[in-house]
Amino acid sequence: MKFSESWLRTLVDTQLSSEELSHLLTMAGLEVEGLEPVAPQFNDVVVAQVLEVVKHPDADRLNVCKVDTGRGEPTTIVCGAPNVAVGLRVPCALPGAKLPGDFTIKIAKVRGIESSGMLCSAKELGIAEEASGLLILPADAPIGQSIREYLDLDDNQFELKLTPNRADCLSLTGVAREVAAIAGAQAKLIEVPEVAATIADRRAVVLDAPDACPLYFGRVLKGVNAKAPTPEWMKRRLERSAIRSISALVDVTNYVMLELGQPLHAFDNTRLEGAVHARMAKPEEKLLLLNEQTINIDADILVIADDAKPLAMAGIMGGEESGITLETSELFLESAFFAPKAIAGRARRYGFGSDASHRFERGVDFGGAKRAIERATQLIIDICGGAAGPVTEAKAEMPARNPVRLRTARACAVIGMTFSPEQIADLFNGLGLPFVREGNDFLVTPPTWRFDIEIEEDLIEEIARLHGYDNIPAPAPRGNMKMMVQPEAQRPAARVRQMLVDRGYQEVVNFAFVEEAWEADFAAKTAEADLIRLANPIASQMAVMRSTLFGGLISNLVTNLKRKQNRVRLFETGRAFERNAAATPVAGFVQSWKLSGLAYGGALPEGWGSAARKVDFFDVKGDLEALLAPAQLCFEKLVHPALHPGRAARVLLDGREIGCLGELHPEWVQKYDLPLAPVVFELDFDAVKSVQVPVCAEVSKFPPVIRDLAIVVDQSVALQTLIDGLKGQVSHLVQDIQLFDVYVGKGVPENKKSLAFRIVMQDTQRTLQDSEVDAAMQQLVSCFEQAFGAQLRA
Amino acid sequence: MDNLDQIVSEAQSAFAAISDPDALEQVKARFLGKSGQITELLKGLGKLPPEEKKTAGAAINVAKTAVEASLNERREAIRKAALNARLAEEALDVTLPGRAEARGGLHPVTRTLERIEALFRSIGFDVADGPEIEEDFFNFTAMNTPEDHPARSMHDTFYLQNPDGSIADKVLLRTHTSPIQARYMKAHVERHGQLEKMPEIRIIAPGRVYRVDSDATHSPMFNQVEGLWVGEGVSFADLKGVIADFLKSFFETDDLVVRFRPSFFPFTEPSAEIDVAFMSGALKGRWLEIAGCGMVHPDVLRIAGIDPEKYTGFAFGFGQDRLTMLRYGVNDLRLFFEGDLRFLRQFA
Repeated sequence: MKFSESWLRTLVDTQLSSEELSHLLTMAGLEVEGLEPVAPQFNDVVVAQVLEVVKHPDADRLNVCKVDTGRGEPTTIVCGAPNVAVGLRVPCALPGAKLPGDFTIKIAKVRGIESSGMLCSAKELGIAEEASGLLILPADAPIGQSIREYLDLDDNQFELKLTPNRADCLSLTGVAREVAAIAGAQAKLIEVPEVAATIADRRAVVLDAPDACPLYFGRVLKGVNAKAPTPEWMKRRLERSAIRSISALVDVTNYVMLELGQPLHAFDNTRLEGAVHARMAKPEEKLLLLNEQTINIDADILVIADDAKPLAMAGIMGGEESGITLETSELFLESAFFAPKAIAGRARRYGFGSDASHRFERGVDFGGAKRAIERATQLIIDICGGAAGPVTEAKAEMPARNPVRLRTARACAVIGMTFSPEQIADLFNGLGLPFVREGNDFLVTPPTWRFDIEIEEDLIEEIARLHGYDNIPAPAPRGNMKMMVQPEAQRPAARVRQMLVDRGYQEVVNFAFVEEAWEADFAAKTAEADLIRLANPIASQMAVMRSTLFGGLISNLVTNLKRKQNRVRLFETGRAFERNAAATPVAGFVQSWKLSGLAYGGALPEGWGSAARKVDFFDVKGDLEALLAPAQLCFEKLVHPALHPGRAARVLLDGREIGCLGELHPEWVQKYDLPLAPVVFELDFDAVKSVQVPVCAEVSKFPPVIRDLAIVVDQSVALQTLIDGLKGQVSHLVQDIQLFDVYVGKGVPENKKSLAFRIVMQDTQRTLQDSEVDAAMQQLVSCFEQAFGAQLRA
Repeated sequence: MDNLDQIVSEAQSAFAAISDPDALEQVKARFLGKSGQITELLKGLGKLPPEEKKTAGAAINVAKTAVEASLNERREAIRKAALNARLAEEALDVTLPGRAEARGGLHPVTRTLERIEALFRSIGFDVADGPEIEEDFFNFTAMNTPEDHPARSMHDTFYLQNPDGSIADKVLLRTHTSPIQARYMKAHVERHGQLEKMPEIRIIAPGRVYRVDSDATHSPMFNQVEGLWVGEGVSFADLKGVIADFLKSFFETDDLVVRFRPSFFPFTEPSAEIDVAFMSGALKGRWLEIAGCGMVHPDVLRIAGIDPEKYTGFAFGFGQDRLTMLRYGVNDLRLFFEGDLRFLRQFA
């Protein structure tokens, strides 16, 4: 909410400076977002009257004016403004004046004629962005008076960022009340005498929906001149509250809303038939609103209607047809209380909001509705003339104001410092919260303007806030010492991330919502039943939840290639999402943590010391094996939508699938315009984090026997198949079988490959005999021969 | 025995003239070999009369020792010269770059996360996690945010679509990490609720959150870290103490001021915004909003099954991204999510 500081100061007596006031408001929970002077600094500008205007003899566009500045003899001023005319009152900068933009006025000759000052536009005074000529002041502006004083320019515009619980501060009166409480100052709330009826006209009011509208004041005014100009002081206060002046009647309703917090509505009384009703909308009702939108009114919308038709969305916006115009001379003025629950969310549903709905949905002081209609009546009569009828009051059951109990000891415990009941009583009194004492307990009845005092904590907050959060101690953390178990069978995520970092991977963070095409390309998800679509994405390229992290990584790669980064290693940890009715904890959606990575470009950074080679499947496989070590990973051929079908593997840990690894499918390499194919992987992060707690085994004191063995098998036989085929078939003496060479070419038949193994044999109890070793080797060889048709290589 | 002196000096100059180790051994033979000059002289001793033998023998031995010393000295000199030659030949340009694998780096927000976790662990806070597609109940209802609260509107919250195109009404993308509080408290009560005295809850819960918002200071996805401490006698003063300790530790300075400003959140009361101002540096003297916090609302405790009369607690939510930006001087939030290696490598 924006408002003029000088207006506020008419309602509360405080010696605080603007900055002090601002700080105090902020620290009381009314955050001051802006504090701007309404005009820049300037001096020696006064109200002057133009007495004579004569064309400059030597310049077409200039006039030589005689001006009365209220300082004795008229002054001669050369003026170039097109709208200068005899009789006008305008601001005049006297010699010595300093205008905004560091512009000093001096007595100077203008084309040969001495000019002793300058007549000013609003722009030259820095109070408007644009101006087409001199700022013309009202005819009664006192000649000689400082323009700053006359236009009240030594004022600031405050902007408050109010939290939704503090609707009571959506008015000058509310802010003044708050300032009085927090600064210990005296509020000077305006006196509003009742305006006696001088005509008998009235209109009946019926509360058909008393829960939604339990209180309604209405009044007829006649003989009103809607074309009367709004007084300057009112315009100024409205403008400084960021409300545009429209017409006197509209301005008065807005002014009273700002002043007292009560939104008002004025109907053209001649458009109304019969009684005024506050009722829920009927089926099929339509209404053309003041914003020129025609709406179908939903059944849960409270409307103001007459006997024949709906007139307005109550507390939200008036109807065009019953609205006032400059021709209106007969009004029906409304000041009512609409329950927050009956207003909340309705305007938003129709895609708009209003100052009235903003206030009503948060709660308006129902104790002030009568004052507001009296205040508005008086202002209308003062400005537009006319006569008022009696106030019609319709009242049902008002919102309950249940007393709230506050226990002093509880307040002290929650806040963490000691308050005496007397201190609390003082704070409540300052806020105008009426209470009854019961020992150290307070029974507080919330005032009609507070909608945020329902439970004890609401009062504790008031105590803490008024005492000042700054004045509450901040002791060092304390607590019961208890060790926290860090399961050894789980590596911290940080450790896993660090391992990848040490192997050259840079971590990235990508959005969880992605382009639909990525889901199709990298996860083959195209059916609606597979996709998780956002109902309200901010952009089409962030429309579906990712089921794989690949899309983000490839997109990062593209970004970096554009920036001439030709060796890229990336990883991300994050959730991937898939539909699954049985999922927990949120039914319908699996949300598992993934660890995904990408490697592109040189196997090593380009350098003098090593031969250039592109990264390949086995480089990244080596990274994964190192990451998971000492656990042994298994890999098997895999068909995956994102990956090259001949260069993709499923990753298994203890027989369980934990992810995949492979070269990006050539089709996507082409589509995403990549010069080379990156190698990517995606693993289940939880599986990567889990490790075995070591169990110690005996270490042999006897020397190992090492034998090499080379066999020739079909090229199609996968190494893993060979190794798996040996399970249970080899001697217990064999401790390790390492592949140390793969050879295809001369000396090996077509479609065959030679594999060379190093076999390590050892016993923990004794030195092995040659015969035992030979037997074990023979067993191994026959196993290879029988299961895979392998031949010993000569 | 002029002869002996002459032999010694002859040997010395012969050795000195040689720089090849094999040649040296040949020259050695001339003096000390089987028929070398010294050896011959020793052989000749036998022919001398016994009274001369002793003095002549001693003189020859002195000469022999001198020749040997000279020889050894020369051998050593030649060895050293050879070694020096080899060393010179083997010298490297030590300024060439090393052959190491390039090192990657952590994302700056992760760096911050790890520091936050370490700081809170040091005062007994465990780390909790929760789902990102969240139930409406945990995101809002359990957080005391009633149906018609503005935070629930389409304006702020990302909702999901059912396969048939309708809007899923029970789930959404979490708008804050607070639902983790609700889930954790519920689980804690299920585990310990029957105990006379429930163990304290002390957790932080970091994670990604989502809001319909995008500009230089807002990202539709961003990172928050939630904190929660519930126990007997936990007060607003404790909240202030923990936060002040955290901020001074996180920024590693006492040169900052923390202020708590009354605010409003449906799930805490009293509530506060936390502002921090640095006393030096580029942001000197400016109040920077970095977190929201407050005492857990009694309704939130009640919904979780905790008796608010017996236990109280506080909760806070920091913007991890914001803390990271302040710590490292990043001025545009969007940089975190662009994956630009040139930006990210600075935090390696």
